[in-house]
Amino acid sequence: MDLATLLPFVVNVIVGGLVLGFVYAIIALGYTMVYGVLQLINFAHSEVFVTGAVVGFEVFRVLAPNPINGYLKLLIALVAAMIVSGLLNVLIERLAYRPLRNAPKLVPLITAIGVSLILQDVLRIIEGFQGRFDLTYTLPQGFSGRFCAAQSSCAGLGNALRTIGIDLQLKDVILIAVSLLSLAVLNYLVNRTRLGKAIRAVAQDRVTAGLMGIDANRMISATFLIGGALGGISGVLFGMKFGTVNAYSGFDPGIIAFTAAVLGGIGSIPGAVLGGLVLGVIQNLIGVTNVFGGLLGVANLESIDASYQRIGAFIVLVLILIFKPTGLLGKSNVEKV
Amino acid sequence: MKKTALSLSVLAALALGGASAQTTIKLATLSPLSGGQSDLGTQIRNGAQLAVNEYKPQFQRLGLNLQLAPYDDQADPATGTAQARKIASDRSILAVVGTLNSGVAIPSSAALAPSRVALVSPANTANQVTDRGLSNMNRIVARDDAQGPAGANFITGTLKANKVYILNDKTAYGEGLAREVEKALKAKNVQVVANEGTEEKSDFSSIVAKIRLQRPDAIYFGGIYNQVGVFIKQLREAGITTPVVGGDGLDSAELVTIAGPQGANNIYFTTVAAPIDALPAAKTFAANFQKTFNDAAQGFGAFGYDAAKVALQGILNAAKANGNKAPTRAQVEAAIRKGNFTGLLSGNVSFNSVGDRKAATLYVMNVQDGKTKLAASVPVRPAKQ
Repeated sequence: MDLATLLPFVVNVIVGGLVLGFVYAIIALGYTMVYGVLQLINFAHSEVFVTGAVVGFEVFRVLAPNPINGYLKLLIALVAAMIVSGLLNVLIERLAYRPLRNAPKLVPLITAIGVSLILQDVLRIIEGFQGRFDLTYTLPQGFSGRFCAAQSSCAGLGNALRTIGIDLQLKDVILIAVSLLSLAVLNYLVNRTRLGKAIRAVAQDRVTAGLMGIDANRMISATFLIGGALGGISGVLFGMKFGTVNAYSGFDPGIIAFTAAVLGGIGSIPGAVLGGLVLGVIQNLIGVTNVFGGLLGVANLESIDASYQRIGAFIVLVLILIFKPTGLLGKSNVEKV
Repeated sequence: MKKTALSLSVLAALALGGASAQTTIKLATLSPLSGGQSDLGTQIRNGAQLAVNEYKPQFQRLGLNLQLAPYDDQADPATGTAQARKIASDRSILAVVGTLNSGVAIPSSAALAPSRVALVSPANTANQVTDRGLSNMNRIVARDDAQGPAGANFITGTLKANKVYILNDKTAYGEGLAREVEKALKAKNVQVVANEGTEEKSDFSSIVAKIRLQRPDAIYFGGIYNQVGVFIKQLREAGITTPVVGGDGLDSAELVTIAGPQGANNIYFTTVAAPIDALPAAKTFAANFQKTFNDAAQGFGAFGYDAAKVALQGILNAAKANGNKAPTRAQVEAAIRKGNFTGLLSGNVSFNSVGDRKAATLYVMNVQDGKTKLAASVPVRPAKQ
């Protein structure tokens, strides 16, 4: 195999990893937001995210016969998923975490796992009543097609991308655009608004923030609302990208996104994004290691196939944590006593 | 107790009454009649009922009153075994048609073995069902280890592929199937690019990228429809139209839904339960089934019918050898194992020494534009003849 076929392959694998990474990144933001404020790992976030995916599925299903614009459908799906997942997350906090806020750290962690299991079965029952298990997204026409395949206006760009081996579907481009947009909005919200300032104050020191007149409970609810809304967005993007979800789909991406948050430095917003992207690319590269093994004639590499892509990501995590325990972008914060 | 008393009185009546009185003998069915798989289990029972109706006059002439005794195993091994013990205690039952699930067949046939009650299975495919060498367990469908080579034959024969990419889901089922396919393809000098395992349920991007690079002529996926469907969807969306072949794990209407309108194309899978329209002799059977049960016959209905005919013909043969008297269970067991049964919907049946059908058929189904049609019938033989 020569360089001319191998190069586009490698580029494609990396780009595919980045697309995947954006899905992880947006899920990871949900973990990191909550952790940043409460030092709580919200394991129910994976189900909040699946709830968003289910809402997205229902919107696309109901709107499928409707001849309205595909992008409008997507917008409706995203907004609906944000609202439902956001409110669900707020509800989870009120019912399951707030009563335990002063309990030892392990208690809310176990509650979170319990909530996660309950939500899985609730979702299964809701869809099961309608005789469904694997929910298959009915995307608007053209979303699954190649990026720039039909539009003459971007024919040059499409061709340019394809010559260097980047073969994207329209939905991949949409996914990246939506991710970047939500990231920009989140960044603005946290760093430039009064709400963001208050959230950061609560994150830094809940008691002192309370003395300054900030209602910590409201800020924590707001954090869960934002985190849940991000979960909703990532659910719709996940469903769109992979085509199907079911009530149990959240576990795998949830664990990886959590890993991404830790890898980037949990509590750090840019860290979560970086962690997601890094994990996405690493996963895809490990998934194709055996091809390089074959080319280089290294038998050991040849046996590393796609079944190792998860393990590889976790090995990288462990290495990072050994050499930089705060994660890639995490700041070592002084222990508050 | 009442039943025993009743049959005792029947026996007494027979002894006293002479030629005009009738002995009741029964054929049992053991299949799920309630629960999630009851649709398939009921098909087996109904198919057997039709065979019993058909054979009744022949038994009548020998002075035997033939009846069907349906038992419900709920697709559960423990329930199936308990039912098998009940069957063993009813001395008028001479043979059993069943079961649907291999997991039920294995303990149930063991429970029936000491009392020499023969089973004829219309559905079980696990190798272990007959590999234990029980003298009472027979099946009229192909074994799991025939499925891999059949898939490989289809890939080389019909698809004419020279380069194949194999995937598996890392379960005992998928990995085993993929290994059998790989072995059979290599024996035919076909290049196997990879036999790759993946537990991934949603993201196949790195595998799709590799397939795009390697350009195989065919892809074999040893797995279940809910994983393979997602893979096929993503493969087709990436613009790759290479045929995808799999085993009976793909035999579900859900496959088409998951793969999507674009993906449900150029998919092939092997399965043991033939669609009714694939059995040339089944037209009258299907009409009869519809009329009797007000329900369309499916593959397992036809195989339930065939299995029952094998059992009934075996009982008849044993009765004839026994001087036209009701045979013992041991005589029936031997007659079924060594019999040669013709005129069945799925062709002729004879068994090897462990109870595998000597020449069974696997059906290759083709999904094209979301519709599943029969593509080929592959004759298969168990390793032991």
